[in-house]
Amino acid sequence: MIAFWVLAPIMVLAALGVLFVRKAVHAALLLAVVMISLACLYAVLEAPFLFAVQIIVYTGAIMMLFLFVLMLVGVDSSDSVVETIRGHRVTATVLGVLFAGVLAVGLGQVSLAPAVGLTEANADGNIEGIAAILFSDYVLIFEATAALLVTAALGAMVLAHRERIEPKATQADLASRRMAAYADRGEHIAPLPAPGVYARHNAVDTPALLPDGSPAPTSVSRVLTARGTVRSAPDMADDIDAVRRQMSGRAEPETDTSREAVQGDGVPGDSQRPDRGGESS
Amino acid sequence: MTPYIVLSAILFAIGAAGVLIRRNAIVVFMCVELMLNASNLALVSFARQNGNLEGQVAAFFVMVVAAAEVVVGLAIIMTIFRTRRSASVDDASLLKY
Repeated sequence: MIAFWVLAPIMVLAALGVLFVRKAVHAALLLAVVMISLACLYAVLEAPFLFAVQIIVYTGAIMMLFLFVLMLVGVDSSDSVVETIRGHRVTATVLGVLFAGVLAVGLGQVSLAPAVGLTEANADGNIEGIAAILFSDYVLIFEATAALLVTAALGAMVLAHRERIEPKATQADLASRRMAAYADRGEHIAPLPAPGVYARHNAVDTPALLPDGSPAPTSVSRVLTARGTVRSAPDMADDIDAVRRQMSGRAEPETDTSREAVQGDGVPGDSQRPDRGGESS
Repeated sequence: MTPYIVLSAILFAIGAAGVLIRRNAIVVFMCVELMLNASNLALVSFARQNGNLEGQVAAFFVMVVAAAEVVVGLAIIMTIFRTRRSASVDDASLLKY
């Protein structure tokens, strides 16, 4: 019972988290927590086969499928806060609490006899016991399950398949389309600018700077812009100040080592010089 | 055994409330999975209560059906997203008009 009282609060909290977190990816991870905890409860409940299947099928296959689809659908798919039906959220919450109340009252009336336990049924091993039932009483249902799985795989392929209804655009088409856009709306013809390269940052989240010092919005991916993880130009300037302070602070004790480095090979000294030039500008 | 059944009831209620509250189709789908998992927990604990393995076999079938359902459901969500550029259940309302 210790495992139960440890895992049950975690599961309920994670399940409530699925309800309330805004980002779908976080909901998927919280659901994975619930499923792994459930697998542990199955192990406690003398169901080792279901313990393995729960981890392999649910947390392995199904959660990966969810995360994969989230990746395809993109980061803009968070829930909107606007209610389309008035009072929808309040009504849904009230209904959920009512439903939980009805279930709790109903289950409160039930008095169960002490559990029989599965030691007898699992005497030949849990998997052997399940196989004996599955391939005798339930063999027809088992066959139907096979048909269901084949149908589901085919259905997913049919649904995910996209028929090409227009000819594939060649490079010449793309070029003429781009020129037409330039002629109509004055859009930029050349490729988009690359992200900025600085002394300490050359990642894709650092925008290039325009001649007036403002960041060029087209130089970073729009996905990063939607996530709000683009670094701002003043931040990078602060970073450079911090580096300058760091270097001036340890300039005296490290003069010997830097001289040795310069004597050893000229490259470190050369690579420091452009940095200083960058600082003074 | 009663605590296990109560836990499964709580999880089922949370899943049902999630289906009603959330409007992102993928999260709605996750809540359906939560409900299926809750019913599985009830099946497995009743199997232990009664001392035979049929409950575990039933839970196994629920898992298989859930896997098939997820595959088809996510494919439908992908198709809707491709045509409407949105995964919100509010935007798939063409049949309403």
